Amino acid sequence: MTTPQARRGGFLLFVARHAIGLALAIMFLAPIVFLLLTSMMTSDQTLTADLWPHSWHPENYVEAFRRTPLLRFIGNTFLYAILATGFMLLASVPAAYALAKLRWRGRNLTMILIICMMMLPAQVTTVPLYMMWANTGLTGTLWPLILPMLAGDAFSIFLLRQFLVTIPDDYLDAARIDGCGEWGTLLRVILPMARPGIAAAAMFQFFYAWNDYYGPFLYTSENQENWTISLGLASFRSLHHVEWHLVSAATLLTMVPVIVLFFLAQKAFVQGVTLTGVKG
Amino acid sequence: MAAIASQGSAGAVRRSPRRPLVVLTFIGPALIGIAVFLIYPLLAAIYFSFTRFDMFNPPVWVGLDFWQYVLFDDPTVRVAAKNTLVFVVLMVPARTVGALLTAMLLNAMKRSRSTYRTLYYLPALAPPVTATIAFVLLLKPGTGPVNTLLAQFGIEGPGWFNDPDWAKTSLTLLALWGVGDLMIIFMAALLDVPKELYEAASLDGASRRHQFRYVTLPTISPVLLFAVITGIIGTLNYFTQAAVAGSVASGQVTSGSGIAGTFGYPENATLTYPMRLYSIGFGNNLFGAANVMAVILFVVSMTATIVLLRRFKAFTGSGS
Repeated sequence: MTTPQARRGGFLLFVARHAIGLALAIMFLAPIVFLLLTSMMTSDQTLTADLWPHSWHPENYVEAFRRTPLLRFIGNTFLYAILATGFMLLASVPAAYALAKLRWRGRNLTMILIICMMMLPAQVTTVPLYMMWANTGLTGTLWPLILPMLAGDAFSIFLLRQFLVTIPDDYLDAARIDGCGEWGTLLRVILPMARPGIAAAAMFQFFYAWNDYYGPFLYTSENQENWTISLGLASFRSLHHVEWHLVSAATLLTMVPVIVLFFLAQKAFVQGVTLTGVKG
Repeated sequence: MAAIASQGSAGAVRRSPRRPLVVLTFIGPALIGIAVFLIYPLLAAIYFSFTRFDMFNPPVWVGLDFWQYVLFDDPTVRVAAKNTLVFVVLMVPARTVGALLTAMLLNAMKRSRSTYRTLYYLPALAPPVTATIAFVLLLKPGTGPVNTLLAQFGIEGPGWFNDPDWAKTSLTLLALWGVGDLMIIFMAALLDVPKELYEAASLDGASRRHQFRYVTLPTISPVLLFAVITGIIGTLNYFTQAAVAGSVASGQVTSGSGIAGTFGYPENATLTYPMRLYSIGFGNNLFGAANVMAVILFVVSMTATIVLLRRFKAFTGSGS
């Protein structure tokens, strides 16, 4: 069927596709490679236009820890991300189950409110919430970002609900007939089946907290002890100039946990991203 | 068996626990969250927008004073609102088109698809502060590799983050770099387009371009709309990258709340609406004005959300 011309056309198309594909791949990776190169340079070389390190200085990574409380920032960030994720799951999974699989008055209204909450720019509620937390004396810490997760997170509830809806009712019916209560059904039947969805929601929440800048900026900027890495990255500065080699080293370090987690659970993650794009 | 069958067929209806209390144990915390973190702060923001107050003294009713101030008297608010609008106009189409094109390119590949997908997605994982610092370095006039490369071709590169005329473009490039999440959504949507539609179209003699226009686009339009609306709301929110870029590019690299000192660098070109909302409150102590800006932001973002909700009844409709 395929004429030689058609085959040659197909081959050219193949080459063109991969040429564009590779060019784009280089553009997507170049900034990261450039950070890596800069992190290995001497402070003086970062102020020149030379791309390749004249000499390699992996000790910059150690220096980054010595010059700022980087370890403390990393610890704070982990604390924030892990507690927020744990609390979020405790409250969001049951809520998503109730929204996906139980019938009750006010369910649609609740779902609409949760979508509104998910879409609401954080700055809208910033001042009243800041005042609320100031009254509890918790401003200056990360708790105003962690404690609300005990009430669940709107985006996670939405994501989990979209996932749980796809589980056929038959499984729930079977559990019911076997005498499971609603909580028994959730814990013994739904949880094992929803593991990919829960993994995706947990990862999103972890990434969100890990990457969060606005929240820690709002609540902890006056109290360096409780800074997260995002805030701390901006603190590499000598008297006269930015220490680009140390900034680059620390900046790359912030990517490590995210990338490790991503490669450990890539499939669940991609599925989760797809789910957020909405199967309407 | 008949009993079981009839129970099964009742489906979703059957799963109504007799005691509403059971439902409450599931949804209770989320309802408290909606009350404390959505309803209360919204009502409070509306009330505070008519008052003068700071963190230490109780609010005093001043009527529309701050509304007048924000809408007509503060020139910086207008600059910030305009900047945010420009960002919406630049970033949302750039990211949508960029994601769609890369998704189509990758879907056309076979064996190498997932490798490329991972590579393209990687930047979307970079924390915003990390990505911003990388881009400021990359585009640094004088020593940055991009301008060095341009110089090889005899082109004098612009000042990027240091030039008020180029700062927004630089941030748009940064936004485009992180397009991977949207790309994955589009890849899935494109694969969902039924193959028969393409076959039928090509039997009818439709060209590739016509197939895209009359088959692909209409089929994926719900996903496109979702992406555009969430993109608009996300851009109305745009804060971190603009704040960090201003700070790092200005060479101040101020830390903590000191970063507000470099907001908008250079020459307010990167000052966004949420940044002005923050600085008018926490910087100028005009919390009444900050709440006026918050209420306006709320109205605009909710309008977009309502469009979304009307198009996607399935979001809230009965599950399964």
